[in-house]
Amino acid sequence: MISFASFPSRYEDTTYEKTRHHASVKEDFMDIDDAESFEAQGSKLTCPGESLTSSQAYMRGHGTYVENEEVIASVAGTIERVNKLVSVRAIRSRYNPEVGDLVVGRITEVQPRRWKVDAHSRQDAVLMLSSVNLPGGVQRRKLESDELQMRGFFEEGDLLVAEVQAFFSDGAMSLHTRSLKYGKLRNGQLVVVPPILVRRLKSHFLTLPCGVDLILGLNGYIWVSKHVKENEQEGEEGFDAEAVYSNVNDDIDDSTRAAISRVTHIIRILTSRFIPLSDTLLLEAYEWSVEHGSDVKDLLHQDFGDALVVSITSGQ
Amino acid sequence: MTSSTIITNNSHARIVEFVSTLFAQHLAYTGMASRVEILNEGGFRSDGRRQFELRSINIDLSQQGHADGSASISHGLTHVLVSVFGPREAKNRSQTIHDRANLNVELSIAAFSTGDRRKRSRGDKRVMEVAGAIKSTFEPVIQTSLYPRSQIDIFVQVIQQDGGVLQACINATTLALISAGIPMVDFVCAISGGVHSTNPFLDLTLIEESDVPNLTIAVMPKTQKVSLVTMETRLHVDRYEEIFRLAIDAGLIIHEEMKAAVLARSKTLMTCIDLGTHGGEEME
Repeated sequence: MISFASFPSRYEDTTYEKTRHHASVKEDFMDIDDAESFEAQGSKLTCPGESLTSSQAYMRGHGTYVENEEVIASVAGTIERVNKLVSVRAIRSRYNPEVGDLVVGRITEVQPRRWKVDAHSRQDAVLMLSSVNLPGGVQRRKLESDELQMRGFFEEGDLLVAEVQAFFSDGAMSLHTRSLKYGKLRNGQLVVVPPILVRRLKSHFLTLPCGVDLILGLNGYIWVSKHVKENEQEGEEGFDAEAVYSNVNDDIDDSTRAAISRVTHIIRILTSRFIPLSDTLLLEAYEWSVEHGSDVKDLLHQDFGDALVVSITSGQ
Repeated sequence: MTSSTIITNNSHARIVEFVSTLFAQHLAYTGMASRVEILNEGGFRSDGRRQFELRSINIDLSQQGHADGSASISHGLTHVLVSVFGPREAKNRSQTIHDRANLNVELSIAAFSTGDRRKRSRGDKRVMEVAGAIKSTFEPVIQTSLYPRSQIDIFVQVIQQDGGVLQACINATTLALISAGIPMVDFVCAISGGVHSTNPFLDLTLIEESDVPNLTIAVMPKTQKVSLVTMETRLHVDRYEEIFRLAIDAGLIIHEEMKAAVLARSKTLMTCIDLGTHGGEEME
């Protein structure tokens, strides 16, 4: 008998205990009503349809719903409890925006007085013309002439870094780029990872000593680019339109290009094994890969990646 | 390796029955019976299963490409792969619904999936029907009102078919939606059942499906609500209730299997996350 298997997962072990079932034998997965077991283990797992607790004693949070005075999980993930609020956080899901989050996005559409931005969320984000910086650094109302040259600022396909400013009534987010840190991205490449793997850090703008800048968007979009020195950044005074909204890359020398691709490969290796990113981890991984591998392309070998992950997670 | 699921387990001496199976097969080969026996005297089916025995189920929840959630399931030789994208901005503005998410199901059946090689286009009637059935099964189960003006794309690919295609599609879609973190009221577990003279049985293969009256149901295990019942053949009304109840029980068994797979997958991912987090802390 011939049977075709789907391509097996390379990285993850998906075996689980196989059992023989009988209708009369049923195991109960959890009993969370007692509060002690709730707190004792940090992450209890649940899946849709599992009853968590009674709705009279607890309030329902995200990832749950109430039926027949029971709080029931609606996603698979970890149960979280804050006082009387019970919620379930899905392990993999799209990005859930919060005000103040730093995101990286891509322009999908230019509309009257606004851009639509794909930010890996459930709807495209909105970037209003009034929430971008004008070239020249002048602060003034946006005029009709600005509206007519919106494509001069951002065009379809442009990448940008922005902050979540507010929400519309339907849950769509509004972005702003009114800071010198934010704006159009160039001189690098984008890596897309599951949003849960980007944790909130003190700063999401990282500079690695290998001459690479990183922007870790909380939406799981990561921008890896050539390092720009502080004093060469487009400052307040010399704020000229060409530099900020330019579509042309600077010259990037070969060693920087290699460093950029090394960092992107490392990010891909870590996230394919579902390891959350942090600055220390990335740095450690970079040093390890320089020590052990002569070439960037070695990172594409699976056993090399495995060795890297083992060495950095063992906490040497 | 098999996780074959036995629902009823009468403790007859199986060896005796095996011998009688051989005898029955011998009769079949020597021309006493003209075609495949659906249920022989020993109580075995054409593939050696008992009446209420399900085929082995294999679930793979590993990530495929850049889909938000994906799953593949095989019921015996029937193999289906599902990728879920979304909730995301609708490609087509006319498809947005202002107060809930729009569900978009696209089914493709591989040309090599059946005995007779044949290409089915997306507009094929049969394909449209199955896609429609999947969509209507999941519309009440997914909490679409949480995602107004969004779209959830479900791409179903049938890799191999040996009976029970709809059941495999629905089970795989459930798993893919869960792995995408899309909120659902409950699992949806589908199973097919049929009747041969007066003997009901479960999880039909292609041979059985073409020979006996059958139905497919999708059940939500928690409430035991039934989200889908389809019948393409005529089934005697007196037999209907029996097979319907039996299929619901079988759905609950499949639920156990799917739940175990989801929890195991969640556990693996959480261990990886913890590993990375603690490894990082120790370095500081």
